Amino acid sequence: MSHEHRLRFKTLAMVLLMVVCANTGDLMLARGMKQIGNVVISVSGLQHALWMTVQNASIWIGIAFLIGFTLCYMTAVSWADYSFVMPAGAFGYAIQTMLAIVVLHEAVSAQRWVGVTLICGGVLLVGQTKPNTTNIGVLPS
Amino acid sequence: MTRVFLLLVFFVLCNTGGELAMSYGVKQVGEPESFRPMALLRFVWTAMRNSWLWLALPLLAASFYSLLILFSWAPVSVVIPASASNYIVGTFGAKYLLKEDVSFKRWMGVVMVCLGVTLVLLTGKI
Repeated sequence: MSHEHRLRFKTLAMVLLMVVCANTGDLMLARGMKQIGNVVISVSGLQHALWMTVQNASIWIGIAFLIGFTLCYMTAVSWADYSFVMPAGAFGYAIQTMLAIVVLHEAVSAQRWVGVTLICGGVLLVGQTKPNTTNIGVLPS
Repeated sequence: MTRVFLLLVFFVLCNTGGELAMSYGVKQVGEPESFRPMALLRFVWTAMRNSWLWLALPLLAASFYSLLILFSWAPVSVVIPASASNYIVGTFGAKYLLKEDVSFKRWMGVVMVCLGVTLVLLTGKI
């Protein structure tokens, strides 16, 4: 396997792990914020919201997954271009649709199928480009 | 609705700016030696001494907190589709700030992903 193929494979595998962490993290954060309710934009309102978020277990689980996402993201962009890693991460929406069908037995609309097809096509196109077009480790400070 | 729109713009700018700064910083730091906990800690420790990472952190923190507020102001099915513009803004940033070689094929891929994400999320289910 050539260096470029190996780089492409390991970057896409890391992106997959990144997507799982990001989706789970977002889901837990949304759940936590729904439990907390509307945030009022004022000093006391923000203080109250901050206090409620640090006491909410769903928020902490969400944060743990988002730390995992950050580590995977940092690793992926240390290997490949940002413009390669970022769109590849959208593959998560295709995984969500598959999970909705297989696990939740949901009916998926034609619009969503078109969207998933576009995402997969887009990720496929991005995935065929050279993963790294800059020289790692020689960037100026 | 105006406050949701303004906060969405703020979220996209902070999120894209933070990710670009982090990407630039991580490129300077280099990849982790391995995936052992100590090697990952060393990687994070080295990264924490990079000034670009310190620029990225407050931007990502601001985007994180604005996302939390957006979740409490609007349905998830409204917040997430609007953030799809991150893909286009981010690719412009990668090309002009990070000097990445964004080929026509990669642009087409990014545009397809952006349209696809918008379509998927307009169905109201994520």
